[in-house]
Amino acid sequence: MTVASAHVAGGGTTHADPAPGGGPRKRSWTAYLLLLPGGLWLLLFFVVPLVQLFTVSLQSGFPGYPGYYYRDVNVGNYATALTEFAGHFGRSLLYAGLATVFAFILAYPLAYAMAFKAGKWRGVMMICVIAPFFTSFILRTIAWRQILADDGPVASTLNFLHLLPGGHITETWMAVVAGLTYNFLPFMVLPIYASLERADARVIEAGGDLYANGFTTFRTVTLPMSMPGVIAGTLLTFIPAAGDYVNADLLGSDRSTKMVGNVIESQFFKVLGGFPVAAALSFTLMALILAMVFLYIRRFGTEELL
Amino acid sequence: MTASTDSGYRPAVAQRVRTWFANRFAIIAAIVVLLYLFVPVAYTFVFSFNDYRKSNIVWNGDAGPTLKHWKNPCGAPGVCDALVTSLKVGGIATVVATILGTMLAFALVRHRFRGRSTSNVLIFIPMATPEIVLGASLLTIFVQGFSRFGLRLGFWTIVIAHIMFCISFVVVTVKARLQSLDPRLEEAAQDLYAGPGGTFWRVTFPLVLPGIVGAALLSFSLSFDDFIITNFVSGDETTFPKFVYVSYLRGIPAQANVIGFSMFVIAVALVVAGQVIGNSRRR
Repeated sequence: MTVASAHVAGGGTTHADPAPGGGPRKRSWTAYLLLLPGGLWLLLFFVVPLVQLFTVSLQSGFPGYPGYYYRDVNVGNYATALTEFAGHFGRSLLYAGLATVFAFILAYPLAYAMAFKAGKWRGVMMICVIAPFFTSFILRTIAWRQILADDGPVASTLNFLHLLPGGHITETWMAVVAGLTYNFLPFMVLPIYASLERADARVIEAGGDLYANGFTTFRTVTLPMSMPGVIAGTLLTFIPAAGDYVNADLLGSDRSTKMVGNVIESQFFKVLGGFPVAAALSFTLMALILAMVFLYIRRFGTEELL
Repeated sequence: MTASTDSGYRPAVAQRVRTWFANRFAIIAAIVVLLYLFVPVAYTFVFSFNDYRKSNIVWNGDAGPTLKHWKNPCGAPGVCDALVTSLKVGGIATVVATILGTMLAFALVRHRFRGRSTSNVLIFIPMATPEIVLGASLLTIFVQGFSRFGLRLGFWTIVIAHIMFCISFVVVTVKARLQSLDPRLEEAAQDLYAGPGGTFWRVTFPLVLPGIVGAALLSFSLSFDDFIITNFVSGDETTFPKFVYVSYLRGIPAQANVIGFSMFVIAVALVVAGQVIGNSRRR
């Protein structure tokens, strides 16, 4: 069972053949027929809504009629988004960045073991990575809140050892970053696993024979071969984590740990007339994503994307 | 270990210990990380036995563990309705997304056509987009655009949204499987006078099937666990994660723990059973 994005190993070289992979190649209408339903779905329910969100981000509210908008080119929404909520943006990027680094540190050994050491246990380990989804991430996040609470095992141990400045984990950035790391870990594991699985184990063995040092082999052979997976995992972790609001909501405090997702959520649901600014905030996040995906394509090409 | 000058023996032991750990480091670290993934699941399990008074947050040591929530899993109002909604949404979204995504994967791997790279990008971006952006954009289009066609926020808008974000994961999974197939198997079938249909249904499809099943499983788990997008597009409809989130302030009933943990066990049991059957058939 291969559940994850697959990467052609090769450390970021561009392919001479734009369509690698086996199988007969046909140039026919079949391709378009196969593409049509799924492509239409993505067009209608992904692209069109984003365009709509963009137009909303430029709308203005009718003065005196909160909740009603008219079509406009009101760049002021973006100015509001970027000035008033700059702190939230910064915090989101910082928390998501930390969570991505921690998720990488935890995910790599797991993905490596699944690809090279697990043998027939590979499928079982794969299930173990996905199965917690079934308990619902809200329940699991609330469980972390109890585990990290002041009288819980982690905080009381750290406090006993005088290792916890401030004395709390929940209601601080630490709990939010811990929650983000935990919740997005599978999205780091799966692409790294896929790219390692496609790497030839013999190349790594040869590297081991040549360098005869575990760390050097890892740094010069294994890691470069899995680089497309690492980058894809980084994209799938960092950006969704930057837009998350549930962890900050359930694990953080009301004042000091709010992220941009919390602002978008409250602008949409709790602030009357908040739609345009919320849309501008969302679209700024989206611009960030597009920039990162574009850089990725420049480096690895579109075939490596999936 | 004593510090000795016996240089012949000691480095050998140290070397052996180091090699032992180096060989097992990855597998030990992997097990630790898997246990870490299960910590909150175990917590959920333990607190499903809590005989709590007001809210299921602090363990009630006076009363001891109880089975009453397991005997009456639908006892909390609304929890089973929410579960049924989640299962229905997950079922429909999984079937549709798996079919559409598999078709896309075949087109991308087996055909050359104009706009291949654009398609690759279009399929990748939804996976990397924060759920809040997907939810917000769908909410604006459902409220400001598609409501004209009589589409109201509720069950079907959740299904539409879930299909959308599952498609990409299906494409990625099936594509990986397709790319790893040996093309010679299909060539052999054609050499043996199998027609294109026969080759597809009797050779290609069975070989790709594990990938399709994996994709369906991933879709279902993503749909079943989704909260953020669902919260934006659900209107008055309640799914299981939304039920948990909404009841958080009042206190989550232990029945949610029972259901959450049971779903986890059922999923693992089904997949392990499937794998055992698959292994025995292969022999």
